[in-house]
Amino acid sequence: MYSQTVMEHFTNPRNVGEIADADGVGQVGNPKCGDIMKIYIKVMDNVISDIKFKTFGCASAIASSSMATELVLGRTLEDAWKLTNTAVAEALDGLPPIKMHCSVLAEECIHAAINDYRRKRGLEPWADKSHDELVEEHSHHHH
Amino acid sequence: MTKHVYLDYAATTFTHPKVVEAMLPYFTESFGNPSSIYSFSDRNRTAIRKSREQVARVLDCSPDEIFFTSSGTEADNWALQGVAWANEKKGKRIITTKIEHHAVLHTGQFLAERGFDVVYLDVDAEGRISLEDLKQAMTKETILVSVMFANNEIGTIQPIAEIGELCRELGVIFHTDAVQATAHVPIDVQKMKIDLLSMSAHKFYGPKGVGVLYVRKGTKIGSYMHGGGQEKGRRASTENVAGIVGLGAAIELAASRMDEEARRVSALRDRLISGVMERIPHSKLNGASGDGRLPNNANFSLIGVEGETLLMDLNAAGISASTGSACSSGSLDPSHVLMAIGLSHELAHGSLRMTLGETTTQEDIDSVIDTLTEIVGRRRAMSPLWEDYLAGLKR
Repeated sequence: MYSQTVMEHFTNPRNVGEIADADGVGQVGNPKCGDIMKIYIKVMDNVISDIKFKTFGCASAIASSSMATELVLGRTLEDAWKLTNTAVAEALDGLPPIKMHCSVLAEECIHAAINDYRRKRGLEPWADKSHDELVEEHSHHHH
Repeated sequence: MTKHVYLDYAATTFTHPKVVEAMLPYFTESFGNPSSIYSFSDRNRTAIRKSREQVARVLDCSPDEIFFTSSGTEADNWALQGVAWANEKKGKRIITTKIEHHAVLHTGQFLAERGFDVVYLDVDAEGRISLEDLKQAMTKETILVSVMFANNEIGTIQPIAEIGELCRELGVIFHTDAVQATAHVPIDVQKMKIDLLSMSAHKFYGPKGVGVLYVRKGTKIGSYMHGGGQEKGRRASTENVAGIVGLGAAIELAASRMDEEARRVSALRDRLISGVMERIPHSKLNGASGDGRLPNNANFSLIGVEGETLLMDLNAAGISASTGSACSSGSLDPSHVLMAIGLSHELAHGSLRMTLGETTTQEDIDSVIDTLTEIVGRRRAMSPLWEDYLAGLKR
């Protein structure tokens, strides 16, 4: 069901933990859907110099968070912001269609952490592009 | 190589070697169609008769009340649809529960879409229906009550004899899906006043692909499969002779050692339950305890860890188990059973079912408790939900 890369990141997730003096913290998801993702970032000279995550969720949620943190570590905030869910899924050698929302959560969580950093700096938060189709489909099952 | 510990006997059992042995001749040397009149098929006719008697002895009914099907699912479909179409002139109400297997739930939905008034009874926190609710739901238009004997996820056993008593008194047909219960706990269709009962061989060390619908004499039910005259014209199709022989051999074997095996397995189940509850903080047992649940079923909610994650970590450690969490089911909704007993989404998503069986040893249970404790600790440490849960406790 899962690629070897997903299994590897699920079994040995990178960058797990918290950053006590984080510059930005993002949290997305909700217990109803069974996924909650929380990402902490340290920013130095506009670059993500440290990143940690905590995730409650299935294997693909854990693997997506792990991969996303690896992909943005050492990147400028502008570059990190451009990380898409598809890039996360591709880096994981694919996710089953029903699990694609996990990669969306990872993208959204990085965005939430960056915008938290921007707000704390008194900067305007960047506008998040919407993932309506996937989010819609996801919440649809709960009616 | 780690030892494989199979704790998913409620999903399916292996076919017992003695059962396989009984089945084998019917694949090769004795392959005749039981409907053919030549003497070559005599042995097959006799074998089917024998199996019918083996089942009847265990249920305490007459062999001609036993009808072989292809599965428990087929038996459930037949029971509901057969009664519905044959009794629709009397009334359209069918009463069932919110925790039935999908074979009953989805058949109920199918009938509801075709004009039947299907009522789903609530269950209490342990998963038991209330007889008072059932009485309240009974109307003159009620043609069928279908309540599962024991639940496949949480193992809770229903007050079947009391339900049977009430239905018989009111002249309403009573069906029970006994797929998880047959040959695991005592069933007496006379004493329990059961009119229709579904079972499936692969839940009690028989082969897959064969089940039974017990139909009490005089029960008004239509045929489900149309075709030849097999099963007294009630269920057409050439008999799965080897499968039927396997079902008979399996039920006889299981019934002969049921008390002993139930005692052994329930002791292991209770060891597993108390081990998990003691070692893993804030773990919760889902379903009834002691004699109120199936001897082989344990179901926990381990707040803070998602069910699929648990299964995959257990799998990596050589342990096969199951969950009612959404993530592993191919849908995104947690189990309807766990929601019906009132669990929050958080608890339902963190559910783990372990069902024990013939190969389960005390050693297995002790090592599973160790492994599970380690997994839950490690995954909780990286879970924001666990963090929030602990913070909520302090508040």
